[in-house]
Amino acid sequence: MSKDKRNAKLFEGSQVRDALKQSFIKLNPRALVHNPVMFTVEIGTAIMLVVCIWVLLGEKSQGSFAYNLIIFLILFITVLFGNFAEAIAEARGKAQADSLRKTRQDTPAKKVFAVGGIFTDEIKIVPSSQLQKGDFFICETGDTIPMDGEIVEGIATIDESAITGESAPVIRESGGDKSSVTGGTKVLSDHIKVKVTTAPGESFLDKMIALVEGASRQKTPNEIALTILLAGFTIIFIIVCVTLKPFGDYANTPITIAAFISLFVCLIPTTIGGLLSAIGIAGMDRALRANVITKSGKAVETAGDIDTLLLDKTGTITIGNRKATNFWPGAGVDENAFVEACVLSSLADETPEGKSIIELAETKGFKKPVLQKDKVTFIEFTAETRSSGVNIGDTRIRKGAYDSIRNKVEKAGNSVSPEMYDRVKVVAANGGTPLVVSNNDVAIGVIELQDIIKPGIHDRFDRLRKMGVKTVMVTGDNPLTAKFIAEKAGVDDFIAEAKPEDKMNYIKKEQTGGKLVAMMGDGTNDAPALAQADVGVAMNSGTQAAKEAGNMVDLDNDPTKLIEIVEIGKQLLMTRGTLTTFSIANDVAKYFAIVPALFIASIPALQGLNIMQLHSPQSAILSAVIFNAIIIPLLIPLALRGVAYKPIGASALLRRNLLIYGLGGVIVPFIGIKLIDMLVSIWF
Amino acid sequence: MNTEIIGIVTMFLLTLLLAIPLGRYMGKVYQGEKTWLDPILGPLDKLFFKLGGAKPDRDMTWQQHLLALLTINLVWFLFSMAILMTMGSLPLNPDGNPSMTADLAFNTTISFISNTNLQHYSGESGVSYLGQLVLMLFQFISAGIGMAACAVVFKAMKEKAGDKLGNFYNYFIKSCTRVLLPLSIVVAVLLLINGTPMTFKGKDQFISLQGDTVSVSRGPAAAMVAIKQLGTNGGGFFGVNSAHPLENPNYFTNIIENVSIILIPIALIFTMGFMLKKRRLAWMIFGVMTVGFLLLLVPSVYQEMKGSPAITRLGVTQQLGSMEGKEVRFGPAASAYWGITTTVTSNGSVNAMHDSFTALTGMFCMLGMMVNSFYGGVGVGFLNFYVYIIIAVFISGLMVGRTPEFLGKKIEAKEMKIATIIALLHTFLILAFTALSSHLYAHDPKTYAGWLNNPGYHGFSEMLYEYTSSSANNGSGFEGLGDAVPFWNITCGIVMLLGRYLPIIGPLAIAGILAKKKYVPESAGTLKTDTFTFGAMVFAVIAIVVALSFFPALALGPIAEYFSMK
Repeated sequence: MSKDKRNAKLFEGSQVRDALKQSFIKLNPRALVHNPVMFTVEIGTAIMLVVCIWVLLGEKSQGSFAYNLIIFLILFITVLFGNFAEAIAEARGKAQADSLRKTRQDTPAKKVFAVGGIFTDEIKIVPSSQLQKGDFFICETGDTIPMDGEIVEGIATIDESAITGESAPVIRESGGDKSSVTGGTKVLSDHIKVKVTTAPGESFLDKMIALVEGASRQKTPNEIALTILLAGFTIIFIIVCVTLKPFGDYANTPITIAAFISLFVCLIPTTIGGLLSAIGIAGMDRALRANVITKSGKAVETAGDIDTLLLDKTGTITIGNRKATNFWPGAGVDENAFVEACVLSSLADETPEGKSIIELAETKGFKKPVLQKDKVTFIEFTAETRSSGVNIGDTRIRKGAYDSIRNKVEKAGNSVSPEMYDRVKVVAANGGTPLVVSNNDVAIGVIELQDIIKPGIHDRFDRLRKMGVKTVMVTGDNPLTAKFIAEKAGVDDFIAEAKPEDKMNYIKKEQTGGKLVAMMGDGTNDAPALAQADVGVAMNSGTQAAKEAGNMVDLDNDPTKLIEIVEIGKQLLMTRGTLTTFSIANDVAKYFAIVPALFIASIPALQGLNIMQLHSPQSAILSAVIFNAIIIPLLIPLALRGVAYKPIGASALLRRNLLIYGLGGVIVPFIGIKLIDMLVSIWF
Repeated sequence: MNTEIIGIVTMFLLTLLLAIPLGRYMGKVYQGEKTWLDPILGPLDKLFFKLGGAKPDRDMTWQQHLLALLTINLVWFLFSMAILMTMGSLPLNPDGNPSMTADLAFNTTISFISNTNLQHYSGESGVSYLGQLVLMLFQFISAGIGMAACAVVFKAMKEKAGDKLGNFYNYFIKSCTRVLLPLSIVVAVLLLINGTPMTFKGKDQFISLQGDTVSVSRGPAAAMVAIKQLGTNGGGFFGVNSAHPLENPNYFTNIIENVSIILIPIALIFTMGFMLKKRRLAWMIFGVMTVGFLLLLVPSVYQEMKGSPAITRLGVTQQLGSMEGKEVRFGPAASAYWGITTTVTSNGSVNAMHDSFTALTGMFCMLGMMVNSFYGGVGVGFLNFYVYIIIAVFISGLMVGRTPEFLGKKIEAKEMKIATIIALLHTFLILAFTALSSHLYAHDPKTYAGWLNNPGYHGFSEMLYEYTSSSANNGSGFEGLGDAVPFWNITCGIVMLLGRYLPIIGPLAIAGILAKKKYVPESAGTLKTDTFTFGAMVFAVIAIVVALSFFPALALGPIAEYFSMK
């Protein structure tokens, strides 16, 4: 589904209508003043309107009324085009956000009142809009969750397809890292009690919609710097145009107001000025289309600068979880007995690894044994023992990491044989995870678990490397296993046996070296690292704390999304840069159109500068202004889609873009203006 | 013909040959390493530090550097005003030249302290020898200030994260005693041998072939000529500058003086390479500057050697090329070469009359000053180029999808604001003041008739040239302009002041701010700034900014003149 969204049509009919209306509303000077370039065009348009009236009243020195009127209209359209670009970007973003917002219309909520009328914990049905932060509500099978929150009691399967587009239901339960629920999703089974974590109107989605709509959109630092540069160019051209008046006086060349304003509007970077905010909005919109909610435009931009990417191994680099691939009984241990012990130890193990051990045993012809319930005690995995197992009568079978089992075995006075230790090492060196099984504190063999690396991931890391992004794999595996997988997948570095604070330390270390770091996380213990990272992407399924700490939320819970986000960020910056270059390069041709036109009447020798052989001064000026106006809508699709990013190295990329947008920016207007002139010369 | 070309090629290669070792030497000087001149000149430095009460080991922030720079300039400004306005009655005045009026002294002082050396007076009759000596001192000071400011920026570019950028007084004194002084002595001696006078005696006399008694001005010229060339000052001893037979006696001295013009500006690029250990970057910068320089030089030499189309139309053959306003001992190629070298650097000394260059050569001279950073003035040329690099880095950073960074430092809004203002300033000063004078002249040509020798396009070029020269701190002039009047003295003074200090303060501030920022190590995604591609980008930025700013003005001046003469 997310694929379909990305290929959505550039211009929807309804969006275009909406944007057209907005283009006129945005003419309000108070709204336009934030864009200095377009604002000056608007002032020029207003002056031309006055000139038109002046000419109507009988002024002769300014050329014909029709000519002045046409200039006025073209300038007016130029402003509208600029507004339209911004409006259509907003409309697209809004449409995207609206489709998400539909999921969260007012739904009835079963609110829990701590002190009710008759009993405590009374439940009343209220509209979701009345829920406040900190309130509790209940959801049962078939209910739509009214508000973002965190499960405090119970477990439920939830259909999140309204948000992620993924139809498979997910499990959410209290405690742990999967306790977060999103408003608009549906409970498919069971019963949960949820604590509201966001105030109405402050959910991430609300924030995102506000960002796109411009209500709270602040210019990013980069956008500000570019605006300064563009304002600088605008001032240069104000100086050029104002000083041209006395220069013209000196040369006895009267210059009409229409010519002055046309020259000015053509020279100032209207193309990028008109498209600048559209580019920014489109960046956030592209992120949204990738099902990522950004909390600020700056976060998208920063993503383009990322130097280091921290990626969890599981789910990102490898498919899902490890699987058992081999049983290695110790010396003198019967294979069948060993496999049986393995199966017994995994019977109550609900982890994918545990299940895969039984699956492997079944392929070897084992069947699940039937046990007498009263004699059996299952020992659950705990973080302290780092092992799990089963007690059947006097038999104590344990399975766990090598060092935890070794500790246990050595405490009982036994030792792990060197052969078995070698086996552990071999398994680890081959990228597998060794699990050691003990029976009554005697090590009896090793189970080999293997990771399956995602196909194509190697190429993606190559691509990242070419972008200059260093990838770091974060894994709980031991260093040997981690190294093997790191090499096989092609990541640059890894953190093995990672504890949450290791991530944090790694991020800090990179940042001290001046690098920008991105990471993805979901658990509460990821929150500090998410906050520390320059770009922290929280999974939507993650805890509220994680989502608060990060600056983006990924609705798909897809760990590979980080790579996409980096590219979106780069595209955003590149689109701005290339269109700025294009816009300024255009001026060369416009000069050659307008400057001879200004002076040719009194200095015929300057015909030598009219290298495009434009028909007449009027046709030259009109052609330049028309070209200047229509180039804006022509470039809207590029502004919305973004310039394609190719990881070919910075210098090669610069060369490519300089050729296309720099040199192209010089040549295209020569052709365009000449063609328009051929048409305009029929009348002028 | 061919010998003339060989002459200028030799000059350029000779400059390059000397500039590389000189650059390395200056790098050592600014980094405080030992040099072979230490034993001789060390005591002199100590004397200066003691006299000035400066502690050369005190590390300064960029703000403190600025304060030191401005203090030095203010002190010497007052000193010079006092001398120039009273020199008529002070010693060392054998020819009895008068003191200057206040507006002329203001113009002259600013002109020399700002390294412009626009001379609205004539050396023979306008200043006493004491005045000349003060002006000569200023040629050391202003050049030293520029080089010291440049050294601060080099230090800042090298700094990974800190605000201590060395000591300004140290850079300043060392620039004067370790670079300018020794080089000046060598050049002065070579000139002396070839006949440039060095005396405190008054005018000499001889009886010409016609039997008239002719007075010949002389004075301590050789010393002044040396530093005027080396420090991109350009303030000549005699009125017609290096076209004067005593200031520039023969083709050999012409080579020496012309090499001196661009020697230090080129050497400073290599100094940066050595100090930062970024030789490729130095060669990239040198390459961009040289391409720009050649694009101005080659058509100029061609135009001058081809001769004036107006004279061709009269049916006169011009085998020597366009010789109006040129010295026969130099010829058109060497004159055009000098004309371009003196305008691309902010030198401004001349060996031919720029007013008489063909229309396009005049334009290329102006373009050189409008860019003002193809080599540029000592120190300040690099500072101007630095601003263009910042803008180019910003745009190209965006084009490759990465927040722009230069030498590991991120370029953000604050730096862009300063860079934009500085890039604007030059355009503003030139166009606004030319507009002012055009406006005055256009509305009252009678009152201001004395300003322009040639009304029309050429008159416009004269005014445009004067302000371009002032803003670029160049100092050469289209001498057809009647400029020794209060209007030109004062407006040019203001333009020179703003055109000097703001373009030093701006880059210094940018470099200082960047020095403090966190250093970002290079990665594969970092845009390399020492590549051909980036060089092309910088060149494009310079070309576009200058072309866009000045095209209409040039179209009304030299371009109109060119097409109407064709």
